[in-house]
Amino acid sequence: MSSILFSSNTQWVLLSTMILGIAAGTIGAIAYWRKQNLMSDALAHAALPGVVIAFLLSGEKKLYLLIIGAAASALIGAMFIQTITTVSRISEDTAMGMILSVFYGLGIMLLAVVNRSSSGNQSGLDSFIYGQAAAMTRSDVYTMLALASVVILFILLFFKEWKVYLFDPQFAKGIGISHRWMDILYTGLLVTTIVIGIQAVGVILIAALLIIPAVSARYWTESFKVMVLLSALFGGLSGALGTLISALGSGLPTGPFIVTAAATCFVIALIFGKERGLLIQKLHFNKQKGRYEKHAGQTAPVEKGGGMM
Amino acid sequence: MQDYVIEVENLSASYRKTPVIEQIAFKVKPGTLTGIIGPNGAGKSTLIKTMLQLHPSLTGEVTFFGKHYKSVKKRIGYVPQRGSVDWDFPTTALDVVLMGLYGKIGLMKWPRKEHKRRAYEALEKMGMATYASRQISQLSGGQQQRVFLARALAQDADIYFMDEPLAGVDAATERAIMKILKELKEQRKTVMIVHHDLQTVAEYFDWVLLINRTVIAHGPTDKAFTKENIIKTYGGNLKWIKEVERRVVHSVQ
Repeated sequence: MSSILFSSNTQWVLLSTMILGIAAGTIGAIAYWRKQNLMSDALAHAALPGVVIAFLLSGEKKLYLLIIGAAASALIGAMFIQTITTVSRISEDTAMGMILSVFYGLGIMLLAVVNRSSSGNQSGLDSFIYGQAAAMTRSDVYTMLALASVVILFILLFFKEWKVYLFDPQFAKGIGISHRWMDILYTGLLVTTIVIGIQAVGVILIAALLIIPAVSARYWTESFKVMVLLSALFGGLSGALGTLISALGSGLPTGPFIVTAAATCFVIALIFGKERGLLIQKLHFNKQKGRYEKHAGQTAPVEKGGGMM
Repeated sequence: MQDYVIEVENLSASYRKTPVIEQIAFKVKPGTLTGIIGPNGAGKSTLIKTMLQLHPSLTGEVTFFGKHYKSVKKRIGYVPQRGSVDWDFPTTALDVVLMGLYGKIGLMKWPRKEHKRRAYEALEKMGMATYASRQISQLSGGQQQRVFLARALAQDADIYFMDEPLAGVDAATERAIMKILKELKEQRKTVMIVHHDLQTVAEYFDWVLLINRTVIAHGPTDKAFTKENIIKTYGGNLKWIKEVERRVVHSVQ
């Protein structure tokens, strides 16, 4: 067991899923306030046909080729969602639901075709559904590290621009932050994170890595900066932990373990979260209640300081 | 010296199939406080948004200082309706005001002490200094509105557009906001405000723009804010007319 854990390949894979988790957590916090959590799920599913088509065209299972295919197909999916929403009166979530299932169906269909062919059998493309971090080669790891770093860098560089774009897009436009360009950048970073994640986490579960860390972080803080940092931390932790656990057994898919690790973060946040956790809410409530009960029968409680809300 | 800082020619815009504003034209002099008055659905907000290119225009031309919006963007401040943003966003009052300085801070740079000081001063002006580090979700509606105003002040623009800054705020906030607006006017800034309360129009604004999809009347308040024009704008809703009649008589006294 220890030989697996300390083999240099495992360490590299561990590093790459951790960076992936950090990138996913960071862009996930943006997606949270963009109120587009389902979008990441739709785009992830929409990436599958691109992966298979890229494999069919090149005949090789090189991550960067498959990533280009995945990105193209996810972007086409995003365009479809956008077009359906603006041209027809179909709402965005309906459009996302349609694109998600149609593209995923198409991907599975193509996958069946590939698996029938003799070379496809060994292709291991199935691992793109649930993720198989162990199957990553060294060059896959480098590709992932580079792209994840780009995502993180773009979010840090434009941090205050993201903030105003998310809080008040109309005002942002007024001070010269183009809504269109921010939208394009956001979609670009989101798709990049999704496509580099599909080999390690898989198309079905990658959305969880984008959504859960951000939601968990929300329970701990009332500062956007801290929320982004915490979300990155939770994402990185989930990525590393999930990979570690799945590496213990042979042939275990990585995605489910990463998602389970993320879900654990969420449950802890839900209960113990410093700002919005259940426990702290209960404590506040009891404290208030205690104050009123103490005063019961005497005088009405005097509210000290600016009693808000 | 220009005679007009805002010129609007033949401006039209629509939402889907329905035209909202049609052939709007008016000119605004510098250092004026204009109330944009009209019934619900008259296109007041749409007019502002179209002028600021937040909503596409079908026809028409809008110029500020004789130039197109794009080249003078930074001299124009916009205070959106309070309800247009999510106040649950995790940030403090000071941080929101700081956003007004982002244009000056520049792309990819972090705000410095100097910027924070200026944001704080803007909050101070709105009587909100004690709330600087307060979560915006914990502010009352009136306080949130003051934060928005402070952000606009920090921006230090020459023309301001405000979408119902007095809607749903308490008397203290209304006074604080009006005081600032008067100050802006004294500094020769030009302010256009979407306003709902007919009772206070004559007291607050020196110019009015009465619209109901198109311009009904535009001019100095004492000339344009007449009973006939109000009836024309509001389409003869008797209750309103009676109230306004009282008010008009009152203001003449």
